Amino acid sequence: MLEVKGIYKSFGEASVLKGIDATFEPGKTSLIIGQSGSGKTVFLKTLLGLHIPDKGTISYDGQTTESMTIEEKRQLKQDLGMVFQGSALFDSLTVEENVMFPLKMFTNQSKSEMLDRVDFVLKRVNLKDSNHKFPAELSGGMQKRVAIARAIVTNPKYLFCDEPNSGLDPRTSIVIDNLIQEITDEYQITTVINTHDMNSVMEIGEKIIFLKDGLKEWEGTSNDIFKTDNEAVVSFVYSSNLFKKVRKVYLEE
Amino acid sequence: MNYIKSIGAYTIMLKSVFKKPQKRKIFWEAVFREIDDLGVKSIGIVAFISFFIGGVVAIQTALNLEDPIIPKDLIGFATKRSMILEFSSTFVMVILAGKVGSYITSSIGTMRVTEQIDALEVMGINSLNYLVLPKILATVFFYPFLVLLAMFLGIFGGWVAGIATDLFKPGDYIAGIQLDFEPYLVAYSLIKSVVFAFLIATIPSYFGYYVKGGSLEVGRASTKAVVWTIVVIIFSNYFLTQMLLS
Ligand SMILES: Nc1ncnc2c1ncn2[C@@H]1O[C@H](COP(=O)(O)OP(=O)(O)OP(=O)(O)O)[C@@H](O)[C@H]1O
Ligand SMILES: [Mg+2]
Repeated sequence: MLEVKGIYKSFGEASVLKGIDATFEPGKTSLIIGQSGSGKTVFLKTLLGLHIPDKGTISYDGQTTESMTIEEKRQLKQDLGMVFQGSALFDSLTVEENVMFPLKMFTNQSKSEMLDRVDFVLKRVNLKDSNHKFPAELSGGMQKRVAIARAIVTNPKYLFCDEPNSGLDPRTSIVIDNLIQEITDEYQITTVINTHDMNSVMEIGEKIIFLKDGLKEWEGTSNDIFKTDNEAVVSFVYSSNLFKKVRKVYLEE
Repeated sequence: MNYIKSIGAYTIMLKSVFKKPQKRKIFWEAVFREIDDLGVKSIGIVAFISFFIGGVVAIQTALNLEDPIIPKDLIGFATKRSMILEFSSTFVMVILAGKVGSYITSSIGTMRVTEQIDALEVMGINSLNYLVLPKILATVFFYPFLVLLAMFLGIFGGWVAGIATDLFKPGDYIAGIQLDFEPYLVAYSLIKSVVFAFLIATIPSYFGYYVKGGSLEVGRASTKAVVWTIVVIIFSNYFLTQMLLS
């Protein structure tokens, strides 16, 4: 369980997060939606400790990050997996070395144990025969899958994905979305995803948080999103004609 | 004002760099990768430049010594001195600052703008320690060998130039090399190279690590890093020479 209370974050003059509360539960895929520049990435990075909030608390399993000792923080990092917006694979390492990296950092497994685990997660994300390639030799969708494999290789309790399907075709997007949801369910992970993708919202949004101007404007499920009359949500989600029609049909039924 | 701020930030960076590595295995892998990238891959250019500059210095000296009263072994002596004192350390290090410095800034800067540094931090790694300390170890231990190589090949290049041009006799040249050998001068050059190696590893790292923006900024940061590394090398060369030779 991940709880966020009253998070503020600004960079110089610009305040990006202005008091956000949220709760994320195990086994559930929660989505953060909002316009480009609304602070989704900053929010996620703050949860991970990459940005220190100006105010507010973040608690993992009931313990605030502020009250953790260095050793507890290290322990926590082992439980966190992150898929960055641009994949953030290490260019100088092969796919296999990339995925093995967290294992080397956090465990004392032997090389063959690590290789087994790497093979297992690469299969899990449907990537075969790419172990010895470098990230630059892979397509965007394959890179995303390697990034997911690297994020889940240590069996994290928390998984964060920053726009896991930006720049992917609709079909690959759905494959990635379903993959994340399956893993979340299978290992009871607390998963938080940033996205602009309305397909994802409809497909896997068990909980949706809409950010606007640094605040949580709306929260609900993918069913609620059809019914809501919150103007900001409606104008954001139903900005395309296709979704306007989908909504119309849904409301008529 | 900005300069003082940067020097402060650079010093603070060094504090994080000099921490105990968290995982020895990951750290040593990085060290060996850096020795290869920053050191071994520079052997070629250093060898090429030293050999030919040594030849040119010998030829220039020979051409300027028309007067028959000046002993012919001066050519070998002058080539040796200039190779050992300035060329092998300062000149070679300035070239490495260009080659290796821009590589360091662009590789760390790219890691910054593509969130690879964030990814390291999420995995609980002190990214400054992991990225910069191996570079320092690789350059500080490897570059003195490059300097020795440059000395040797430069002097050798002078000898080859004598044979190729017939401007001076190889025997005289060798006598000149053997004349008045001072080991302290070699040590002086090696000490300088250690200091310069440290600068080459750390100044470009600083520029790369704190870059903000995208690939354009990474390119700009690389240029700046090379300029500043060379400026600081030339300055410290001046002070080190005063300290060590006077
Ligand atoms: N390190 C930083 N320093 C200064 N400002 C920042 C920093 N990171 C983000 N910002 C600012 O915070 C705001 C929110 O950025 P953020 O990256 O969180 O948006 P986002 O919702 O993730 O957008 P997108 O959907 O395009 O990824 C932007 O105005 C951005 O300029
Ligand atoms: Mg973002």
